[in-house]
Amino acid sequence: MSTKPALKDWPLWEVFVRSKQGLEHKHCGSLHAADAKQALDMARDVYTRRQEGVSIWVVPSAMITANNPDDKSELFDPASDKIYRHPTFYDIPQEVGHM
Amino acid sequence: MYTQSFSVQDGPGLKAVEATSAEDAKLAEQFEARIDADGRIEAQDWMPEAYRKTLVRQISQHAHSEIVGMLPEGNWILRAPSLKRKCILIAKVQDEGGHGLYLYSAAETLGTSRAEMLDALHSGKAKYSSIFNYPTLNWADIGVVGWLVDGAAIMNQIPLCRCSYGPYARAMVRVCKEESFHQRQGYEALLTMMKGTQEQRDMVQDAVNRWWWKCLAMFGPPDSDSHHSAQGMRWGIKRISNDELRQKFVDATVPQAKVLGVSLPDPKLRWNEARGHYDFGEIDWNEFWDVVNGNGPCNKERLATRVKAHEDGQWVRDAALAYAEKQRNRSIKEAA
Repeated sequence: MSTKPALKDWPLWEVFVRSKQGLEHKHCGSLHAADAKQALDMARDVYTRRQEGVSIWVVPSAMITANNPDDKSELFDPASDKIYRHPTFYDIPQEVGHM
Repeated sequence: MYTQSFSVQDGPGLKAVEATSAEDAKLAEQFEARIDADGRIEAQDWMPEAYRKTLVRQISQHAHSEIVGMLPEGNWILRAPSLKRKCILIAKVQDEGGHGLYLYSAAETLGTSRAEMLDALHSGKAKYSSIFNYPTLNWADIGVVGWLVDGAAIMNQIPLCRCSYGPYARAMVRVCKEESFHQRQGYEALLTMMKGTQEQRDMVQDAVNRWWWKCLAMFGPPDSDSHHSAQGMRWGIKRISNDELRQKFVDATVPQAKVLGVSLPDPKLRWNEARGHYDFGEIDWNEFWDVVNGNGPCNKERLATRVKAHEDGQWVRDAALAYAEKQRNRSIKEAA
């Protein structure tokens, strides 16, 4: 038996599925495939067996740039004290109705 | 934000789409069937050239309106009456910039480029909402812009969340969600002023008097004169007519004005029991078209400020590219 890992030369792909017409594609997982066409075929088999989607995107995982998780607080904490960005920050009399 | 001039032509009119081959005819048929079934069109789908052009015009005008809309409010950031109001105004202007970005990106999915769109804006070829060609004279104007201008814009934008073009509709969902604070902060700022001195109350009334009719005109020409409306409706780009939206806005605003304690400057404004709506007076469409055609009090100033901001930012764009290039060369060198 060969000791060569089966997926050695198959890059990783991220899979995005549009669940319904009009909605955005959402990330739903990843898979290994030799090329884009095969990634699409496999994504169909793996992620849409129960009609979960009407459209699939596959993107090479290596093409994705993500932030460093250690920078989480530097990146996102500055938004936490800006409560005035939310509509509930403003007191509007009830009789005005929905605004 | 800010819609309206959407229904205003930028350049020469569009020709009706003509299928050129049997294959095109079949694609056109599929397109029409999807529209009729209230389906969505996505960037990669076939679409008639006129549908594409209409959307590029509308979405880019909408994007331009967001960006130019930052200017009248931006003028007041340094003069906001408190740190709290300053923070709120910065957050709002920042949102408008973000909304412009969502919309430019949505337009780019149709095959136009950011550079082409900006060029059309900066050369004066493309329109933007003419409401921004009026000045914001004092702090009460900033409250009124939030309450009435954003109120009118929200009225216009909610139906766009159901637009037949997917990327535009999804951008609008995001915009509407973020925008919900814009109108409330304006109204709340006015409520605060109304609890102040007589002079402050007079400022609010004066600002309402100056902005009211311009806000009614934001919904665009009456349905009877609006050439794009019928086709836009059939394509599911526009869902509710200009006049219907205007009526909804008036009906929603009258009670808000009452709570605020201001009057709306229209002697013909009164409840019509039979219609179940407020009747209101005639809009001065000559003024509207005059401003659309470049003769408003601030057209030149807005465009000049926008062009200057773009030109002053050139070094930042150049520096970003130079830095990326340097990083690329460095990684090539390290790999070698």
